[in-house]
Amino acid sequence: MQPVSRPNALAQRDLLGIEGLSPDRVSAILDLSESYVALNRNAHKKSDVLRGRTLILLFFETSTRTRTSFELAGKRLGADVINISVASSAIKKGETLIDTAMTLNAMHPDVIVVRHPDAGAVRLLANHVNCSVINAGDGSHEHPTQALLDALTIRNHKGRLDGLRVAICGDVLHSRVARSNILLLNMMGSQVRLVAPPTLVPPAVERLGVEVFHDMRRGLEECDIIMMLRLQAERMQGTFVPSTREYFRYFGLDEEKLAMARPDALIMHPGPMNRGVEIDSRVADDITRSAILEQVELGLAVRQACLDMLGREPESA
Amino acid sequence: MSDKRTAYINARLLDPESGLDALGVLLTEGARIADLGPGLFADGVPEGIETVDCGGHCLSPGLVDMHVHLREPGHEHKETIATGSLSALAGGVTSLCCMPNTDPVIDNVGLIEFIHRRAREAKGVKVFPFAAVTKGLEGKQLTEFGMLAEAGAVAFTDDGLPISNSQVMRRALSYAKTFDLLISQHAEDLSLSACGCMAEGEVATRLGLEGIPEISETVMVERDIRLVEHTDGRYHVAHISTADAVDCVRRAKARGLRVTCEAAPHHFSLTDLDVGDYRTFAKMAPPLRSEANRTAIVEGLKDGTIDAIATDHAPHDQESKRLPMAHAANGIVGLETLLPLSLELYHGGHLPLLDLLRRLTLAPAELLKLPVGRLRKGAPADLLLFDLEAPWVVDSTKFRSMSKNTPFDGRPVQGRALRTIVDGRSLFTLDGDTAR
Repeated sequence: MQPVSRPNALAQRDLLGIEGLSPDRVSAILDLSESYVALNRNAHKKSDVLRGRTLILLFFETSTRTRTSFELAGKRLGADVINISVASSAIKKGETLIDTAMTLNAMHPDVIVVRHPDAGAVRLLANHVNCSVINAGDGSHEHPTQALLDALTIRNHKGRLDGLRVAICGDVLHSRVARSNILLLNMMGSQVRLVAPPTLVPPAVERLGVEVFHDMRRGLEECDIIMMLRLQAERMQGTFVPSTREYFRYFGLDEEKLAMARPDALIMHPGPMNRGVEIDSRVADDITRSAILEQVELGLAVRQACLDMLGREPESA
Repeated sequence: MSDKRTAYINARLLDPESGLDALGVLLTEGARIADLGPGLFADGVPEGIETVDCGGHCLSPGLVDMHVHLREPGHEHKETIATGSLSALAGGVTSLCCMPNTDPVIDNVGLIEFIHRRAREAKGVKVFPFAAVTKGLEGKQLTEFGMLAEAGAVAFTDDGLPISNSQVMRRALSYAKTFDLLISQHAEDLSLSACGCMAEGEVATRLGLEGIPEISETVMVERDIRLVEHTDGRYHVAHISTADAVDCVRRAKARGLRVTCEAAPHHFSLTDLDVGDYRTFAKMAPPLRSEANRTAIVEGLKDGTIDAIATDHAPHDQESKRLPMAHAANGIVGLETLLPLSLELYHGGHLPLLDLLRRLTLAPAELLKLPVGRLRKGAPADLLLFDLEAPWVVDSTKFRSMSKNTPFDGRPVQGRALRTIVDGRSLFTLDGDTAR
């Protein structure tokens, strides 16, 4: 069975964020992703929908799972995949982002997947190329494919995205995953809560339509979904939270706090996990509750779907 | 012992919480107040209850001093928890908060437990430690507020030093909100205070001493109030000393911000004139200021802008004070002069007695969510029996504190603690027969 996507199914050239997507388009991406999930479980996983197409992965930040996931997604769809790592590129030699964009553009790629430490940098690059651009994470702004894979994971378990109570817990301030998830889940009709110390809650975040809790036990009450975020210790200078042990005591997900959520609450984490900091190992490894590895599996399918929808040649329909 | 009953008869009962001011009886049972009122035991005290005749003197909640330096650990030659406790009891104080600028700094759970253990061993005043806001008082990294509060820290301060870095203060106020904790600030812009050793003004100029300007306090309080507004945190100005800063707090309160403050007796009793001839016993931080500032502190206490009176009891050995003004240590002892100096506000007609007692008992207890500071059935029997009128002269050689650094030596005062009761036990009596 080959997944079927309509050309230009997204009716947009780029996927820079959840912002700008409609519920219909999100559903279309998730539907197509599901067929790729099925395909990926076959012995024969390859398709040729992107044969002859060129995919460039341009990562200005280190990444294991997202980069591997996109690379594998491109290869399974038959695209030629080029990896550009910052360490060995002209960027290290002082090239500006726009020059990099125009240089790559001159080689006529079909899709560029970009991760960059600065919010807005992916959009800036997209403005200077003719091909499709997928945002694989820009600073603390957006990480749309992560939110889509999280949505697919939730839909698989709960059968829907609307009417669910979702707690996003931890370092929201520095998290692009949180921002994309807030946008997507709100759009699809879930109720989103943030659970974090005040120092890790971005200002005016209530305006995004979320409820904020500083007491994790109260924040988890009656929740269907618990999304843990990684404490981004590399961005801390000691004053966001005093120590990881205090953080774990009050904001780490352990069995006791988990008991406040619904008995069938699903535990998610975008990875990489800091065990003993934001999540207890017993909870993370509880296969009856934790969807953390499933998120990785579905992430590949979501990225195949996105590449398929953006990268397929219109005429090939 | 645990259910021993004592009736304090013929007492002028004074309770700022209920507004009670009447002659009556208070009954303690074990460590609790069992009953009280004007009509209690009107037909005589039943058999089996010990009676203490208060002779018509005032029986109020024991004083709660939210700002005390006990110097232990690290500077036990100035004061220890045991000697500080004796000093407190002699002054009518039944609960005190010790500041974390010890050596080592009270910035971890182990130190809180140490303070509790030493206080238990002293079997005296109740000690409620403040913990440091930043590790090592370095002004950089927050301490573990949650774990420290669970261990018993009742509030947080870097007292002795201000939290100068605005981002650190912002995060401290913000993070403290997680647990609804109070941040107390030693409000001083160190770059403005520079090398000053007394209040800036005429006296400093005549003495040729570098001055500390009022603006060094005002600037910090103004900044912090903006940060409180931004973070919605809970903020307290320690030992407020200037008219402008009092006014900042007054306006912040009017705007509904969670801002409170305390004043020390020396800041409403003395002025920079009392520095006189380079008297290092009149050196403290913040410094004694002009008469206009002194009267503003009195006004602040009258209108409630200043919530509490706290001593900033800062014991120092002689050698730390027998130095040129610029090199002498800051601070004076205060526990044993707290009551009579505060009563000057009553005798001088500035504050009604119950209002004054509120600032010495209930107000600090409420700020810190302590169950003490009130005469109420079931509350801890922490009581102060005092003679409102008795005239006496402060004599530092009689102080129970290890240190005698007071500028009030020889001052004629009025009003004195007769008996101090903690958890139902009389731990101090003026005539010396201290029962244990």
